Amino acid sequence: MSDTTATTGGRAREALRERFSDIVSQLAAAGALIVVFIVLSFASPVFLTADNLFNIGSQTAVTAVIAVGMTMVIITAGIDLSVGSVSALAGVLGVMLITGAGLPVPLAILGGILVGAGAGLVNGLLVSMAGLNPFIATLGMLTVARGLVYIFTNAQAVFGAPDSFRLLGQGVIGPIPIPIIIILVVAVAGYIVLSRTRLGRYAYAMGSNLEAARLSGIPIRRYLTSVYVISGALAGLGGMIAMSRVNSGQPNFGIGLELDVIAAAVIGGASLFGGQGTVLGTLIGAFLIALIRNGAVLLDINTFYQQVIIGVVIWLAVIWDQYRRRRLAAASE
Amino acid sequence: MLAVDDVDLDIMPGEVHVMAGENGAGKSTLMKLLSQVERPSRGEVEISGERVEFHGPGHAQHLGVAMVYQEFALAPHLSVAENLYLGREPGRGGFVNRRAEREDARGLLERVGLQVSPDRLVRGLTVAEQQRVEIAKALAIDAKVLILDEPTATLAEREIEGLFGVIRDLTSHGIAVLYISHRLDEIFHIGDRVTVMRDGKVVDTLPVSELNEDKLVRLMVGREVENLYPKPEIEIGDVLLRVSGISRGEKLKDCSFEVRAGEILGFAGLVGAGRTELARAVFGADRKDSGTVELEGKKLKIKKPSDAIDAGLGYLTEDRKGDGLALQLGVDQNITLANLPARFGFINLGEERRTARRRKEELNIRTPSVRRKVQVLSGGNQQKVIVARWLETRAKVLFFDEPARGIDVGAKAEMFGLIGELAKEGNGMVLISSYLPELLNMCDRILVMHEGEVAGVIERKEFSEERIIALATGAKEAA
Repeated sequence: MSDTTATTGGRAREALRERFSDIVSQLAAAGALIVVFIVLSFASPVFLTADNLFNIGSQTAVTAVIAVGMTMVIITAGIDLSVGSVSALAGVLGVMLITGAGLPVPLAILGGILVGAGAGLVNGLLVSMAGLNPFIATLGMLTVARGLVYIFTNAQAVFGAPDSFRLLGQGVIGPIPIPIIIILVVAVAGYIVLSRTRLGRYAYAMGSNLEAARLSGIPIRRYLTSVYVISGALAGLGGMIAMSRVNSGQPNFGIGLELDVIAAAVIGGASLFGGQGTVLGTLIGAFLIALIRNGAVLLDINTFYQQVIIGVVIWLAVIWDQYRRRRLAAASE
Repeated sequence: MLAVDDVDLDIMPGEVHVMAGENGAGKSTLMKLLSQVERPSRGEVEISGERVEFHGPGHAQHLGVAMVYQEFALAPHLSVAENLYLGREPGRGGFVNRRAEREDARGLLERVGLQVSPDRLVRGLTVAEQQRVEIAKALAIDAKVLILDEPTATLAEREIEGLFGVIRDLTSHGIAVLYISHRLDEIFHIGDRVTVMRDGKVVDTLPVSELNEDKLVRLMVGREVENLYPKPEIEIGDVLLRVSGISRGEKLKDCSFEVRAGEILGFAGLVGAGRTELARAVFGADRKDSGTVELEGKKLKIKKPSDAIDAGLGYLTEDRKGDGLALQLGVDQNITLANLPARFGFINLGEERRTARRRKEELNIRTPSVRRKVQVLSGGNQQKVIVARWLETRAKVLFFDEPARGIDVGAKAEMFGLIGELAKEGNGMVLISSYLPELLNMCDRILVMHEGEVAGVIERKEFSEERIIALATGAKEAA
């Protein structure tokens, strides 16, 4: 009898340790964020000013918003390489809806989001119905969407949007820039979707074990497609924010953006093998990248170095994550 | 905590030394230490009287200790010969002498009784054939000690006989075989001596001749196990599930059967006979070319698993980790996976937690918290989590595909007790197993499959191993 109590006690301790190490892994990225924040506060007189912090927030909005969608895709063991091109396509078409079709700004923004969702729908159907590998499906979309942008614009920037369009990317509510509010809204919505809805649960389940999910009666195709639609829609929203910040449609926007977005999710603990990732972690990842960029500018470090630093951070984040997971697996034996 | 604590083990040349013990007893850990996959914190290994330093798995092979894992370490896209000499290719200057490789491979394959061309890709071989390739690989490095980790777990009866033949041939050439198993029948069949482990310690090492089944189980479990197969007396009711004329390509040909309320129907047959395929086709996991499924007299349209689940069917797959569990999710999330308590897409987290706790109590799932990742549970408890999932769907007919595979003796008895209880509640149970004692003890009727066809159905009062094997191997029988 005493024997069994001892084991139960041991297991309870293990469970605690496991929970603790989950928190620690988020803390690792969060800790890095805090350290960078403190260092920059001392190193630069400009850093810790409302202007600069709001500026960082606004600049990160595009990456952060798109990264929330990317996190969902990565949780299903997928990837969406097309978000950069799709954000450009959606943004440019959204601006053209104002300048060309004369739509009111809010409707045009909605239109841009729908364009993104449409591209996401194609991605989702290619993955779930045609059975394409997500990497390939979205790599194709990366090229297709960029090509479409150039076809629609003849590779020329689209000007002539009214000043009211600036609001989305440059406006404020009280002292707080609207892009930061958008980050918050999208993050909270993403958190709720992932932790409390069928869609979120099934995303984790499909990413953890697709066949088990299918045999449990989960309509794989529908939910897998939905995740890509969300990613596309958020890429569309991100594109509209980006265009609003320059008040024009820029066909060259977002080249390579997908890499930043994926980096944010991965630094935040999302696993490319699926089944793992959180909105909070991804936000931390996005802001860590943004702080490093901002710090490099403020401290007048050669911009080439920041690229190297961000790459190293990605390595460290994943090495840490793997180390932690291996320890967890070893503890479970 | 020590996974293996102060263990002494001697292995003689030419003997089959069986390592027996429940899951978690420390067998696998001990094997990893011997094959130098893991470093012991204390203690030493001697081979032929010489003390061996720890340098990692390559070194163990160099010394003549080879291990065949349950999951094979073969490169599926390479040929048999290429696999046999992987890392030690004959030739010089970075060029492989393919002819020498092929010739040598042929000799090795002959020694393990494998009649396939050395040029075949490993991918195209059956599990049994791949296992022989693994053993041949051990011979290629001139192994003195061959460690086999539950080698029969994925083999059919006939293939097991073949494997035992190979093992006897190896031992007659002075190779020592360390054989890990929990299947009692094989221990008596192939073993010379048995070392029983429990909680990381050696309980005893005995010649097989001094043991019987009861004594061995007692040593493994550390207490008396009343009855491994607790089959309750059940009044058999009306037909619940009627399956007629299911065909699927070459795999299934015109299969029909029925399951009654309170009945446990067994599926017997060799590996590849179509037992799993039949269950999957009924359940909608694979498409079928033709055939109908009726539940309680109502014809079902099953195109995908969710149709079957809605109708009241459940299927526990053979490969728990491969296609049963979402390992990174919690126990609670795995339990509710097939029937999530949700409204308008939003999960009722409180109800989910309560459901999971209730099932945990009811099925005696040993975990300190239902929020734990299912990954860290033992095999038996993982299996219970999947049972809980199907109970949540209120399934009336449940297919259990090899439910006892890879779980320990105590958990096995619990699992079969559960199957009996579910039948008693008036559900229909289908038990797929490659281990005849399970079927003979638990089932009311046994359906035997042979090459995609139903070869026959045997009533309990007419059960005999011989009849089942005769039907399974396609021997013509006047029945």
